[in-house]
Amino acid sequence: MPIGETIPFSGIPWDDILFITLAATLLGSALLVVTMRDIIRCGLALTVSFASLAGIYALLSNPLIAATQVLVYIGAISVLILFAIMLTEKKNAPTRLVFQTQAAVAAVAAGFIAVGITVVVLATSWGATAGRIATHTADVARLLFQSYVLPFEVVSVLLTAAVIGAIYLARREPAGEEEDR
Amino acid sequence: MSNSLDSYLILSGLLFAIGTFGFLARRNAISMLMSIELMINAVNLTIVAFGAFIPPLNKHAAIIALIVIAVAAAEATVGLAIVIAIFRNKKTPLVDEYDAMRD
Repeated sequence: MPIGETIPFSGIPWDDILFITLAATLLGSALLVVTMRDIIRCGLALTVSFASLAGIYALLSNPLIAATQVLVYIGAISVLILFAIMLTEKKNAPTRLVFQTQAAVAAVAAGFIAVGITVVVLATSWGATAGRIATHTADVARLLFQSYVLPFEVVSVLLTAAVIGAIYLARREPAGEEEDR
Repeated sequence: MSNSLDSYLILSGLLFAIGTFGFLARRNAISMLMSIELMINAVNLTIVAFGAFIPPLNKHAAIIALIVIAVAAAEATVGLAIVIAIFRNKKTPLVDEYDAMRD
């Protein structure tokens, strides 16, 4: 039996419930990322926020971006960040001060940004349609490999350069130069 | 609510503000990189939301979002490599102890 568009007996669309749930998860886990004391938990909360953002992409009828978000962000970048945390973390780190001295000023600045963006968004008429338009992956692929093939190739060169640069930066010094480990 | 562009744009603005706060306030270099990831995700949400609500942008927005994700992956790789390289020299991930150029 198919599920209707709205919740029975109340008329609230399922999509709204989904949006509110995903947005609350996203903002809550993002707040945990910037405020929690234990940085490993920050990394795990970052994974949760990436996952809920993938859900929002799916809600926006864009399955390709949702799948890419899961693959690249949850699969690659979260793992990379967790590895970097484990490489740089010391046992006594969580008990120390996690914020700079300018944290209060930073909170005020972030509040100004949030209020400013909200006011601008509400004051502007964006010319948006009333509903979400689905993005079909086949159309995106056709456009990507015809009109946008040059940016695509440039991005692949950039990724290769980034990987080589990261290996060069993070490699161990040759034996003999650094004896203190 | 889920059918209006404004709610997605406000959501992404709030996410961007949270990322800004984390970047300015945290002491740990990896926390700052995580906040940068939050800000990039907020911008990407804006791009995808515009693509879903403005018909001429529909397919182009998906391609721009894909390229942003790829460039963000490159940025995360190089940023974490730099943090690990600095950590190897200074033995701390806290950015306020990187003061070699202050004297």
